[in-house]
Amino acid sequence: MNLDRREVLVAAVAGAATVALPFSLAAQETAAPKTAEELIAEFTGGADVVEGDGVTLTAPEIAENGNTVPISVDAPGASEILVLAPGNPTPPVARFTFGELAGSQSASTRIRLAQTQDVVAIAKFPDGTFMRSSSNVKVTIGGCGG
Amino acid sequence: MADNVKPRVRVPKTAAKDEVVTIKTLISHQMESGQRKGKDGQIIPRSIINRFTVTFNGASVIDVQMEPAISTNPYFEFEARIPEAGEFVFTWYDDDGSVYEDKQSIALA
Repeated sequence: MNLDRREVLVAAVAGAATVALPFSLAAQETAAPKTAEELIAEFTGGADVVEGDGVTLTAPEIAENGNTVPISVDAPGASEILVLAPGNPTPPVARFTFGELAGSQSASTRIRLAQTQDVVAIAKFPDGTFMRSSSNVKVTIGGCGG
Repeated sequence: MADNVKPRVRVPKTAAKDEVVTIKTLISHQMESGQRKGKDGQIIPRSIINRFTVTFNGASVIDVQMEPAISTNPYFEFEARIPEAGEFVFTWYDDDGSVYEDKQSIALA
């Protein structure tokens, strides 16, 4: 068999790729979920987050069933809102990005909570400031299958 | 494709120019969180809708990045401003690559 340099290279790269692919997939799955602090830092880029009236997180005080906890967020003028549940096995919940035709910077949804905890909402404003608000929810039955 | 995925959207038929309307959406989806264990004790792999977007005549209304903490049958309620008659496009992106879409027209009153 007559292999030139190019063919050998191609074969080597293909071989490496098939070995690397399953490994990287496995690495991704076993990586520890990011903590709430890491997620906040990623969202804000290290900027200060002030506790403020600019963002409102509405959640029930007591949720009998953690599988469907209704929440709503409202931050007039914000461009994005990040919602976190730090007490869940994976803290991120959702990230809302409001477009030019958003009628208001607010949204409602239903989320899962594994245990009693403070749910956190962080709003990003176009001027580069961040505001946070949190709401304690008592959960009787956890919602993450545990 | 996950089974029985059916998007439902409630949009008013008409609106005044620049009126802000409330939109409610629900899509049936099991939203398997990847935390639950099956009967055999094995963890059921994650299978969720990870993104939901809404546009009106091509302009963005809302774009939601979703995580496993969103409940089964994801529900979203939000508001949109209607500058002209046109069409809403609602799009949900599934982990398995499926894309579900619904369209609703709105006329100026």
